[in-house]
Amino acid sequence: MGDPLFWHRLQFGFTATYHYLFPQLTMGLALVIVIFKALGLRTGEARYSDAARFWIRIFGINFAVGVVTGIPLEFQFGTNWARFSQLSGGIIGQTLGMEGMFAFFLESSFLGLLIWGEKKLSPKGHFGAAVALWLGSWLSGYFIIATNAFMQHPTGFAVAADGTLQLTSFWAFLLNPWALGQYAHNMIAAVVTGSFVVAAVGAYWTLKGIHPVQANLNLRTGTIMGLVFSVLVAFPTGDIQGKLVAKHQPITLAAMEGRFESGPRAALTLIGQPDVTMHKIENPIKVPAVLSFIAFGTFSSNVKGLLEFPQDQWPQNIELLYYGFHIMAGLGTLMIGLMALAVFLLWRGKLATTRPLLWAVMLAVPFPYIATTAGWVVAEFGRQPWLIYGVLRTAQGSSPLVHAGHTAFTTLGFAGIFVVLSMLWLFLIGRELAHGPESPAH
Amino acid sequence: METLWFWLVSVMVAIYVVMDGFDFGAGILHLVVAKTNEERRQVLGAIGPLWDGNEVWLLAGGGSLFLAFPKVLASGFSGFYLAMWLVVWSLMLRGISIEFRSHVQDGLWRHFWDATFAVSSVLLPVLLGAALGNVLRGVPLDGTGYFSMPLWTDFQLGPQPGILDWYTVLIGVFALVTVAAHGALFLAWKTEGPVHLRAKHLAPRLWLLVLVVWVAASAATARVNPAILHNLPGAPLAWVAILLYLAGLGLVFVGLGRERFLLAFLGSGAFILGLLAASAACVFPVMLRSTLNPAFDLTALNASVGGHGLRTGLVWWLLGFPLALGYVAFLFRFHRGKVAAAEEGEGY
Repeated sequence: MGDPLFWHRLQFGFTATYHYLFPQLTMGLALVIVIFKALGLRTGEARYSDAARFWIRIFGINFAVGVVTGIPLEFQFGTNWARFSQLSGGIIGQTLGMEGMFAFFLESSFLGLLIWGEKKLSPKGHFGAAVALWLGSWLSGYFIIATNAFMQHPTGFAVAADGTLQLTSFWAFLLNPWALGQYAHNMIAAVVTGSFVVAAVGAYWTLKGIHPVQANLNLRTGTIMGLVFSVLVAFPTGDIQGKLVAKHQPITLAAMEGRFESGPRAALTLIGQPDVTMHKIENPIKVPAVLSFIAFGTFSSNVKGLLEFPQDQWPQNIELLYYGFHIMAGLGTLMIGLMALAVFLLWRGKLATTRPLLWAVMLAVPFPYIATTAGWVVAEFGRQPWLIYGVLRTAQGSSPLVHAGHTAFTTLGFAGIFVVLSMLWLFLIGRELAHGPESPAH
Repeated sequence: METLWFWLVSVMVAIYVVMDGFDFGAGILHLVVAKTNEERRQVLGAIGPLWDGNEVWLLAGGGSLFLAFPKVLASGFSGFYLAMWLVVWSLMLRGISIEFRSHVQDGLWRHFWDATFAVSSVLLPVLLGAALGNVLRGVPLDGTGYFSMPLWTDFQLGPQPGILDWYTVLIGVFALVTVAAHGALFLAWKTEGPVHLRAKHLAPRLWLLVLVVWVAASAATARVNPAILHNLPGAPLAWVAILLYLAGLGLVFVGLGRERFLLAFLGSGAFILGLLAASAACVFPVMLRSTLNPAFDLTALNASVGGHGLRTGLVWWLLGFPLALGYVAFLFRFHRGKVAAAEEGEGY
């Protein structure tokens, strides 16, 4: 615990994980809002603009928390990861700077117009503000993913004589294949979070028997979008992401699966507990040859095990990596099943009266959040022991003179601030839910 | 190319101070110029649609610093570790207080956020001003390019100063009164009724205070970093900047005298811009001065990434900067005219 690196990693992991609870919803909701506003414009029906208005209020609260919890992440590059910043700033500074210039200015300019501007603007103008927020937030997502992709699979750079990383090809860096794959996977996951939240609110109102028009609209929209996007998150985007890991981070793939021995027809472990010291999975339930297929597209491919690699290149926290992957994939499967059932009943006209399933849809709200967080655990623990994969080790990226007493202090400070923010968030969201959708236009 | 980026970063930072400065100023004066809930909603309504965009200048400026001079960012941010986090926490609380206040119609709820908003608005310019003070005074950078400073030691300048010593606190106070005076002009321009009258009443008094603290801060700076005066004759840009801030100051008093507050507000913007530009011109090319040995200074030349990265960055910077200015123009135009308090549930 006296090791500064421990605190640097804890603080970044903690603040980034907490932060991302909010943007994943706002990026997903931004699309939902655009869809409702577009339908409202086309049909002229009030229920669509009423729905949009309700979600814009939820969006506003989440966006505010997302903005303030995002500020510390930008600062941590310099404060906690100074050597990493010094070496790679010429490259990742590009995407972080572009995020400010092209995404944040756009978002901040239109946020107020979206939240407070419905009366001041024409319907088309208000729709335009919704589109601007959607574009801005999704653009911001790309610059962050491209930055992360450089850490996962660096492209477009060269190491200079003084050890710093120099940009050699802007487009190779910006259009990193890893970034494209991860972006698709991540943004679709954000829409899944948004859809599940919309569906859950619809289910809640249906169960309570209140706001019937809005309950129905949200339940329909949420479950249909939820099904479409939770399928897309697995296939093709999750599949693409898996193949990228298999190709560029084979050690990570082995650790995600708790696979120690190499060999063809590799089995996929569904459940089991990895025992890293004894190099085995306890109580395994496996499906033969499926891992080979997932990783390389044929059942007979050889998938390397951890023992094939030097131990100093293994991710340090194989257990968490293993569980992160299995929780993500397991919940993802469950979510597809739940939404498929809900959409089937919707099609038969029975969803609104099937109370057990409405309960399940309502209580499933945490699943996309947990699955998304678990997915990022896989990405970030899977990257270890590297900060920039194959180029810079995490231990060599932290600030040289910042000691554990500093970072423990700020980490605890964040814990306090986040407790307060969480309480405020619960309170305000609870009020909005109780308030319901049928309020006069803002 | 390095020189150009030194100026691009400086311009971004200076725009940030001018823009976020007026909403800091509104926050500093919030409890003083606005007494009733109605009046406070007027203050928040005036800065509400703008503050978030104003803060983006900090992030975009930080991004530019990161991409062009990562050594300066790495050294400065980690060296000022605790002060940086005080800044971040204040920014967080301030943002939340602006955004959350209007959600609940309750006296206690709103008093709490009004106080949080005012306190964080006071802390931020003091801390950011102290940061500028540290840059002017210098920090104990050694040959590794890093330094570490406690928040304070004995408040003396000595060889191991804290982030806060008497000089940096003085610069912090200067920043505080300057943005308060800047904010008073903004409120006098954008509001009407009692808020307008109180801001109008305060503005000339605050500007006289600015003049007094300015003289003290300038004298102290000349003592702490004599190189600045030394560089002045050979820095033609500094003379342009000096003309700019003198003209700005003139406009402030002319505007105040004729009760043309937009003119005065533009003048105070020019004053802040000119002051920062003059400082930048006089320290150039030094970005982070070492108190131990001038050879350890981080400069625009030895801290830059150089080459392809800077040229690439320039291309998108030239696309993005006019776009950002366009958004600012659009927002000011859209929200033109005096701000009245919004109806409950309809705005800040």
